[in-house]
Amino acid sequence: MRKQRVNRVKGFKSDKIFDGVNVVVMLALLVVFAWPLWFVLIASISDPILVMSGKVLLIPKQLTLEGYEQMLKYKELWTGYANTIFVTVVGTVLNLITSVCFAYPLADKNFKPRRVLLLIFMFTMYFSGGLIPGYLVVKNVGLLNTRWAMIIPSLVSVYNSLVIRSYFINSIPAELEEASLLDGANSAQYLWRVVLPLSKPVLAVVGLYYAVSHWNDYYTALIYVYKDELYPLQTVLRNLLLSTQALMNDTAGIVDAAAMEEAFNRAMTMKYSVIIVAAAPMLCLYPFVQKFFVKGVMVGAVKG
Amino acid sequence: MTSVKRETLGRKFAKDFKRNWIKYIMILPVLVYFIIFHYVPMYGILLAFKDYKIKLGILGSPWVGLKYFERFFSTYNFWNLIQNTLTLSVYSLLVGFPIPIIFALCLNYLRKRRLKKTVQMISYAPHFISTVVICSMITMFTTQNTGVFNVLRGLVGLESIDFMAVPKLFKHIYVWSGVWQGMGWSAIIYVSALAGVDPELHEAAIMDGATKIQRMRHIDIPSIKSTIIMLFILRMGSLMSVGFEKVYLLQNSLNRPASEIISTYVYKVGLIDNDYGYSTAVGLFNTLINVILLVGANVISKKVADESLF
Repeated sequence: MRKQRVNRVKGFKSDKIFDGVNVVVMLALLVVFAWPLWFVLIASISDPILVMSGKVLLIPKQLTLEGYEQMLKYKELWTGYANTIFVTVVGTVLNLITSVCFAYPLADKNFKPRRVLLLIFMFTMYFSGGLIPGYLVVKNVGLLNTRWAMIIPSLVSVYNSLVIRSYFINSIPAELEEASLLDGANSAQYLWRVVLPLSKPVLAVVGLYYAVSHWNDYYTALIYVYKDELYPLQTVLRNLLLSTQALMNDTAGIVDAAAMEEAFNRAMTMKYSVIIVAAAPMLCLYPFVQKFFVKGVMVGAVKG
Repeated sequence: MTSVKRETLGRKFAKDFKRNWIKYIMILPVLVYFIIFHYVPMYGILLAFKDYKIKLGILGSPWVGLKYFERFFSTYNFWNLIQNTLTLSVYSLLVGFPIPIIFALCLNYLRKRRLKKTVQMISYAPHFISTVVICSMITMFTTQNTGVFNVLRGLVGLESIDFMAVPKLFKHIYVWSGVWQGMGWSAIIYVSALAGVDPELHEAAIMDGATKIQRMRHIDIPSIKSTIIMLFILRMGSLMSVGFEKVYLLQNSLNRPASEIISTYVYKVGLIDNDYGYSTAVGLFNTLINVILLVGANVISKKVADESLF
């Protein structure tokens, strides 16, 4: 309050220019961030021919849900959805459990092997065996071509676990532990009844990080999964895009151009709606957790 | 001497275990995970020096010395790979590193609270979209004639370009779409660091007649310097590991001269051509450069700015 009043009294001319320019730039950025997403949304519910001819830029025209209807009939997409939901839900739960198992002991100064273990875990942030050695391990433990291949190899993220750990250290008063130990609770009971309920914000943030990384994962399936019925949503989406492109390249040489064009247009509409259904869950989720973001991300977490 | 020492160490451990057994049991599965999925693959690096035969296993396969490295250094597109990797990573660093800092500084001086909150929230959105979706959007938007970017170009009288087919444009598309996707998210950490700046410093500076730009330069930037340096060191450590996913997904036969990078090459020779030893060697080369850059950046910043990661 006081800061603003003083400023107003002095009223620097350069500050006024700065404020003006700042607001304009921010508004422009707002458009830059939002418009591409808005465009995909309106393209998904507009007539595909109008979209392709550039008539749909700001508002949807000739509303149609054809893209979404097409999608309902596209079976691969639903298997992909099911696989992704499985991996995201089961994966995130396991991620959170193991990350707490990582963070809780290592947050305790009296836990003797703390430093050694931290060193062992953090080293893997900077150095790894690489693609093929990792692939061979996954193959040898029999995870290749299973849904678990998309969960187990990335079970614990060091970074996320360190975020939880630093929350345990900085935001949970140490006196609580003494008090609950005096009451006769062991450290598991203390963790369950005191620490975890107090850590909801950080668990929400880290849970979201994990969920997003599972939901959006394409790489893991590309490397470890070679069966159509196990493909996650992102892989299905990618294949759909490739097939539309192939269709587009074919149109030139085919006699029945009209039918081809129709198929192409259908695919084009569906592509926008598929993007919407693929991106929407995470886009709807993050605003609920976003107030915790600032607390959750801390450089301190990474500094050893 | 040593046996006595070991015994006391053992006893110490036993004592600690008795007191903290729950914590030991909790950490055990985590340790097992790291050994199997991180340390066993490190042992697999031996593949880079071996002629791998599945029947003989990693240890039993015959040594080949530095054969794969020599092959990599003399391969026809070695310099092309290095150049593409470095172009994408250095360009991303030069553009993608400072922009979130500037963005956070500007957000910090935005007096309209509602606008600030809205901009922040919307700026996070692209971060939550998958690489597959981002790359699909890029491809769709840049399609010749019908892509919306080309439609927009048409509106101002420019001719249509098949963006993804021009090698020269690849780096710009890669880097600026990355900025779009990451700047809001990367700014969070600076926004929270700026929130911790002592308001009295600002009040004093205002009294002394400092303008906002001067306050930015002399108060805000010095206050968040350690955050900036820390993130810079981390960034250096992954300089050579340009995101595989995005480059792979944007790659096509026309832009390949500019889009084949080390990690996509590792994938192709490793999992498409099944040339395990060679792929591992190329990957190891990449990792080693990263480690050298990380340690180097850390040493330099320790000397120059007295800040370090470890």
